[in-house]
Formats: sequence, structure tokens, C-alpha cells
Amino acid sequence: MLRPFDSLPRRGRGPLWRDPAARALVFQVLLLIGLASVIGLLVHNTLQNLDARGINTGFDFLDNRAGFSISQTLISYDGNSTYGRTFVIGLLNTLLVSALGIVAATIIGFTVGIARLSPNYLLAKLATVYVELFRNIPLLLQILFWYIAVIRSMPSPRQSLSLGDMVFLNGRGLFVPAPEPQTGFWFSVAALLAGSVAAMLMARHNRQRQSRTGRRLPMGWIIPALVLGLPVMVFLVSGSPLQWDVPALKGFNFSGGLTVLPELLALWIALSIYTAAFIAEIVRSGIQSVPKGQTEAARALSLPPRLTMNQVIIPQAMRVIIPQMTSQYLNLIKNSSLATAIGYPDLVAVFAGTTLNQVGQSVEIMAMTMAVYLVLSLLVSLLMNIYNARTALRER
Amino acid sequence: MATSFFRESLISPRKPPVSRQGLRGWLHENLFSGPVNSLVTLLVGALAIYALVPVIEWALIKAQWVGDSRADCSGDGACWVYIETRLGSLIYGFYPEAQRWRVDIVFVLFVVLGIWLMVPAVPGKKVAALVGLLVFPVVAFFLLSGGFGLEHVPTRRWGGLMLTLVIASVGIVGSLPLGIVLALGRRSSMPLVRGVCVVFIEFWRGVPLITVLFMASVMFPLFVPEDFNIDKLLRALVGIMLFWSAYMAEVVRSGLQAIPSGQGEAGAALGLGYWQRMGLVVLPQALKLVIPGIVNTFIALFKDTTLVLIIGLFDFLALIKAGTSDSSWLGFAIEGFVFAALVYWIFCFGMSRYSQFIERRLYRGH
Amino acid sequence: MGSVQTTSSDIPMIELQRLNKWYGEFHVLRDIDLTVRKGERIVICGPSGSGKSTMIRCINHLEEHQAGDVIVNGITMTRDVKRVEQIRRHVGMVFQHFNLFPHLSVLDNCCLSPVWVKKTPRKKAVDTAMMYLERVKIADQAHKYPGQLSGGQQQRVAIARSLCMHPDVMLFDEPTSALDPEMIKEVLDVMIELAEEGMTMLCVTHEMGFARTVADRVIFMDEGQIIEENDPETFFNHPRSPRTRAFLGQILGH
Repeated sequence: MLRPFDSLPRRGRGPLWRDPAARALVFQVLLLIGLASVIGLLVHNTLQNLDARGINTGFDFLDNRAGFSISQTLISYDGNSTYGRTFVIGLLNTLLVSALGIVAATIIGFTVGIARLSPNYLLAKLATVYVELFRNIPLLLQILFWYIAVIRSMPSPRQSLSLGDMVFLNGRGLFVPAPEPQTGFWFSVAALLAGSVAAMLMARHNRQRQSRTGRRLPMGWIIPALVLGLPVMVFLVSGSPLQWDVPALKGFNFSGGLTVLPELLALWIALSIYTAAFIAEIVRSGIQSVPKGQTEAARALSLPPRLTMNQVIIPQAMRVIIPQMTSQYLNLIKNSSLATAIGYPDLVAVFAGTTLNQVGQSVEIMAMTMAVYLVLSLLVSLLMNIYNARTALRER
Repeated sequence: MATSFFRESLISPRKPPVSRQGLRGWLHENLFSGPVNSLVTLLVGALAIYALVPVIEWALIKAQWVGDSRADCSGDGACWVYIETRLGSLIYGFYPEAQRWRVDIVFVLFVVLGIWLMVPAVPGKKVAALVGLLVFPVVAFFLLSGGFGLEHVPTRRWGGLMLTLVIASVGIVGSLPLGIVLALGRRSSMPLVRGVCVVFIEFWRGVPLITVLFMASVMFPLFVPEDFNIDKLLRALVGIMLFWSAYMAEVVRSGLQAIPSGQGEAGAALGLGYWQRMGLVVLPQALKLVIPGIVNTFIALFKDTTLVLIIGLFDFLALIKAGTSDSSWLGFAIEGFVFAALVYWIFCFGMSRYSQFIERRLYRGH
Repeated sequence: MGSVQTTSSDIPMIELQRLNKWYGEFHVLRDIDLTVRKGERIVICGPSGSGKSTMIRCINHLEEHQAGDVIVNGITMTRDVKRVEQIRRHVGMVFQHFNLFPHLSVLDNCCLSPVWVKKTPRKKAVDTAMMYLERVKIADQAHKYPGQLSGGQQQRVAIARSLCMHPDVMLFDEPTSALDPEMIKEVLDVMIELAEEGMTMLCVTHEMGFARTVADRVIFMDEGQIIEENDPETFFNHPRSPRTRAFLGQILGH
């Protein structure tokens, strides 16, 4: 009888070094040892270096007096505030410019992205030029351009550009009237809240009404009337209890009103324009990702163009657009750290810059700074995963 | 009820009605198909003319092209003399003038290699890739830095466009292999390897490049023994490489995911080991698939080389920026930035067009 | 499959008069003349690229013609959006690739247009939708999403979705070409039932069995024109044009 497999062992797994599981285990143990020793070496070196240079460790410095001034503070701050406070100030400034940038970039981006799909050749080409121009020029260059070549080169306050003697733009920044609520203004705020709630109730009522009678209320008029019209009426009836602190030229500069720092203005413009170019592309490709058959089916069902857009195209395009948009928002937040190049007091500039220079505890400070961005990133990707799981198309 | 019909002779094709043809048809279809469309055309056209005419006038017609000092620029137009007088430093930085021929040789090699790698018709892509990854960096390093009888030029004298290209090339050449390894690691079946790669990738992707460069310049010296001094440029390069390798890893991973698992299984069935399977079967397909993504990462990397100015390296943009505060040439900031924008734009737009071209070729191939 | 009784009348439902269409310089539809009477069932066949899909897509203005007239229910098609929408309300269409809305449930797919366009109360729209879903034998799947259904089920939903608008005429653009063989029958059965109820139908299809059973007329198109038109009996047994013969030879496999 032939026994062709005699040469191979009948049972068992062969020599240990040929067993994939054993190999994987050994490899991982080696990796662990390697990683641990590298990290150990770095920590050892760092501790020795810190010791040699007489640098403290730990987070006690956060309670020390900072003693430097910051050009834009959203919460109270003076020379006696602590380094912990500078961290918060920087963080708030980062969040401020990011929030402003996100709003503007979204508006510009959607406009340009939709314009790229316009049947009008000229408009579509103009939008394409916008996208290709701004996304292919480094953001830092754009920031420096707006800051140095445009805003800092504006005329002195005496010759500022003005809009109806209310808004002024010059080399020192943008000066806009500041609202000063008087007593009774809170009625208008309450009316805004009440209007919004009423609008939501109306929307619900409208759905039920449609279900019963098939007719819809003209919500396109009712919602703005409730949300905007009501508070405006209350505002006017209660005697316009809001005054504007209009900036005025005093000596060599403006006083009063709200001042938007030239650094903030330049950073905001550049971030918005740059990010909008990417958002426009996302919007365009998102809308184009909806198959042509969807539009055709909607048209065959005699849905008018606006309804086709709102009920068929946009809901499907949004699934593609939103995750990519979120990653652009994250990029914008990270990119806002370029503020440090023009001296806008964001987190990196005041904390990883000035504070680090004064304190010297680079490990702790860099760790805190990076942690802020990491936490933001992880938080957003967590939310995104939830969103994706909830909106995923159900398939077999 | 049914009608019976039979066509004896076929109708031959005719030309479309006149309004659908030629320029008139095109204009009607794309610019004046209805009242709204026509209005948009007029508005956008007016806006374009209103904005473009002064720009062209400033940049070309009224511009000052020849001269050698500030006094030559008195008109309303752009002063390109300003750029011309500092072109040398914009390209070479503070590289000694007598040694600039070395940089020129590297530039020429760079261009030749680039054409070899990027033009599909030129054969020997694998050789080119090996030369680009192994030979060129060594040759370029010795040419730029010195050695073998060439005068040593320390990196603090490197600058301008040359430095920008050095950072970009090193970043690209370094981050791609590292990214591939990370991508494979992230898909590994070994939990520890996977975990390490995930943490590594997500860390770099979660922080801004600026903080990485800060880390490279303030923290890196703490990590190494005290008397161990590492060049500032090298530190920045390491930071840039690590940072972009994480992005590269995600691009490569998307390619790996697109390759059906049958490919790897077929490789295994042929008796190939892990590295053979990856290197011979899976990776070549995956990388080809993600060339557009890789090029897009290159573009982002190239644009972000400008960030080194924040840690005090004098790249192309840093020199342009420094020029804006040159007391003998005040008031020409716009010229400087427009010129810089044009240079960066040509590089980035060229690369993105190339990536689209490759994408179309790939698309045709499948 | 038994033969379906002819119920067509003399009222013209769709009239195509010297219809011509070009894609750029390419002449896709050449002098098409066709009258479809109420209750008539017409099958259109022909090789690919012969213009048959383009022709029926001109009827609800998914394609724009450049010369000639399209008249549906007495209304002449123009570029006017309101008029186009008015015509489309009378014309249902079923596509080769179903084109269900993947983000809406089967029921919402059916209710979308009645609720938004016809302003039907949603409750009533749901009842109508359930009735038609019942008819295409898929009511138990009403709350699933299109992606969860098989191709045949999706196509039946697409038919129900069109019917919810109570169209006077149904256009079928190769409704079974994208289906696996075992699913073709379930869709054809629904179509036959629809024909039996007297729906006016224009079907672009290569299902010759369906044409023999259901059609009042079979039309053969090639090179953008109608080559031959006859009752199914004559069409299949005594085709006159050599092109028709060649086509039938290929498709019927003899």
C-alpha cells in the first residue's frame, strides 16, 4: 500500500519557528520590548536634560503669574492672571476664529460648489477658477498676503474706508458698532425664543394638517415671520431698547464700538477663502455623486425642480458631503494655528509660544497644546461615526 | 385596430437645425438659454471685466519690467524689478554664489528624474523609482552639503526655492515608504502591531503641523543626550516626514481595502509568504489605484513646507516675507506675494493636473 | 399566459408627429410618426442604439426633441416647465435600473409625489400606496428600504410608485433587462395584469413572449426610425423587412 504522506509528521504543528501564531507572538514581544526601550531612553534623556538645565516638571506653573499682555481676550485677563488663564484665553481665541471661519467657509463653499454645477458656462467657469486658484496656493501665503499686503497696508485711521460712517476699515483693523442692550431688551430675546418654539410647533401642526387634508401652510413665510418678525415687532413696540456704540475717530485711532484685530481679520478671510475652495469641491462631487437616474425618476413623477433638489438630491448628497465637510472643519481648526505667523493670539501663539518661552517646560506645554487638538479630533470623529451609523443606507 | 406599416427605404441622417449648431448653438445653450441665464451671463461677465481689467493692467501693461533699483519703479503698475533684483536669493537662499552651480546640477537631475518618473511613455519606471529613492538623495546631499572635495555649505545657508524643494522632496521620499509600512501594520492581524500603528497614525493626524514643528524645534533637543546636536533642518524634516507618513498611510490603506481579498488568497495559494504576497501581488495593485491620492498628499505636503518659516528656516516664502520689511524696497509686498503665489500655484496645479491625468489613464485601464 | 383582450378605443393618448432629435450632430430620431390610442399596448423592439429608449423618453420630456410634435392627452409638449409637469402627471415611467430613492422607505417612495405634487393627504396617499403595493404583491415589505430588496422586488415597487400617481399611460424602458432571469417573470406578471386592466402601455422590451401575449402592436426600430409596425401575429410570423427578420432571428435564436 502506498503511503505518500509518510515523510510528513502525522500530527503536531511542525517546528515552532514555522508556526505562524508563535512567530506573531515573538514578533509582538520584540516590538513591545523595542518600543518600551525607545520610550524609556527618551524619557531618561529628557529627565536628565531637564535636570541639567534646571527646568521644573509638573503642572504647577499653570498657577503662576503670566505677566504678559494679550491683544485679544474674550474673558477678563490682565498681567496678574495665571498661565492657566493664558491657556484658556488662547483656546477661546482659537475657537473664535475657527467658528467664524467655519460659518464663512460653509457659506462661500456651498455657493461656489453649486455655482460650479450651474448651466451657465461663465458662472461655472468662474467658480472653477476660484477653486483651482485658492486651493493651490499655500494657506500661509494667503494669510501673509491678507495681513501684510492688504490689511496692514490699508490707510491710517484718518483715511479709513468707511461704510455709512458706521463701519470703518483701516490698517489697525475693522471697527464696527457694538450693540448695547438697554433695559427691556430682554423682552425681544424672550420673543425670539417664543417665536422659535412657536415655529417648531407650527411645523408639527403642518405635518399633521397635511396628513389629514393634504394641504400645507405656506411655511416658507410663517417660519421667518415667527422667528424674525415677532422679535422685531416686540423690539419696536418696546421702544427699540438697543443702542449702538458707534466707533469714532479720537486722535490717531478709533475708540468705542467693536474692534476686529487686523490679525483676526486676515486669518478669518484667508481661512474662509482657502477652506471654501475645498468645501466647494466636496459639495460639487457630493451632488454629482447622486446618480442621474434619481433626477430622472423624480422628474418622471412630475416633481418640480425645487422639490427634486430638496427631497431627492440633497438628502442623498448630504450623506456624502457631511463626513467630508467635518474633516474640512477639523482641518480649518488645525490650520487656525497658523495664526502664530502673524501674531493672532491663538492657543499655539500664546501658550506654545509666549508661555513656553517664559516657562521653558516644553514637554508639559506641548503635550497640553497637542491634547487640545487631539481631543477635538477624536470628539469630532466620534460624532461622525455616530452620524454615519445612523444615516447609512440600509442594504441587504 | 392595429395599423400595419413598413418602411421600404431608410431615412438618411440629416444635419441638426441651424440654431443647434456651431457658435450660435453653443452660446444659446450655455449662456443665453433663458432670461435668468442671460442675466447671470451679463452680471458675471461685467464682474469679470470689472475685476480683470485693472489686474491685467497692473500686472502686465503698466508694469515695470526692467531696471535695477527702486527708482525705476514709479508708475502705477507692478514693479517686477523688485523680484528680478532678488531672484538669486529667492532661488538659492544664502548659498555662496560661487557654489550655486552645485544647486543647478541638483535641479537638473531633479527635473530629469521627475520626467522619467512621471511621463508614462518613458520606460524603466522601476529603475527610476530606485534611483529616485536611493541614488538621487545621496548624490543630492553631497552636492548640496559638500564632501568629496566640495566645500561644506552648512544647512543654515540653504534657503529659498531650493530649500522648499529639498523639504518637499525629502518629505515625499520619506513619508511614502513609512506610510506603506504603517498602512500594512494597521491591517495586520497582530493586535499589538495594529494598535501601535493606529495610535501613531491618529496622533499625527489629530494635531496641527505647526505643533509638530514646534515639538521638533523645542522638544527634540530634550530627547537626545545633551552633547548631541542635531541640525535644525534635519529636525524639521523628521517632523514633517512623521507627520505626513500618517496621512500617506491612510491613503495607502484605502488602496489596500479596495483590493479584493481573493488577490492575497491567490498569492497564498501559490505558496507566497506575507512579504512576497504584499510586495508582489497586493501592494503593486493598491499603490497604482491610489496614485491620485498620493499625489494629492504630495500637493498638501508641498504647500505646507511653507510652515517652516514659523520655526525660523528661510524657505521661499520666508524670503518673500522678509523682503516686505526690506527698508530700501518698502511697499512692494503685493508683488512679492503675487510672484510667490504664482510659483506655488504652478507647482500645485501642475501636480493636480497630473493626478487627474493618471486617474483618467487608470480609469481607462479598468 | 393567455391572450389579453383588446380594449383600445379611438381616443389618441399619445401622438408623435415627425419627431426628430439630434445628439450634437448625430441624428438619433428621424421623422417618427406614432399614434397611441387609449387602452392600447405597444411593444417597441430593436437593436441597441436604435433610438427606442430615446423615443419614449421624449414622451415625458426626459429628452428634448428638436423638431416635430409630442402631444400627450391633447397637450402639446413645449419647454414650459408647468406644461411639462402637467404632462408628466399623466405619464408614469418605469426604468431599466428601477431608480428607487434609496434614502426613502418603499412606502415613502410611493407617497413622495402624491403628497408633494398632488397634495394628497398623507393618510390617503398611504392607503393608495398600500393598495398598489398589495397589487404588486409586496405590501409586506412596505417599511423596508430599496437596498434591502431584490431587483425584481425593486422593479415591482417602481411600478407601484408610478401607479400611485394614477397615470393614464405607462412607459416601460427595458424594465426586465437589469434583472436576473428568475426575477423577470414576477415583473412581467405584474405588467400583464396591468395590461388586462386596460392600462395604456408603451414597452421597450426584448421579451418577445410578453409582446405576443399582450401587445396590440409591435414596432421595430432601427437607425432612429420606425422600420416596421404590425400586430404581433403578422409581425412575428411574416416580418417584411430583412432587418426585422435578422433581428428576430438573433433574438429568438433561429
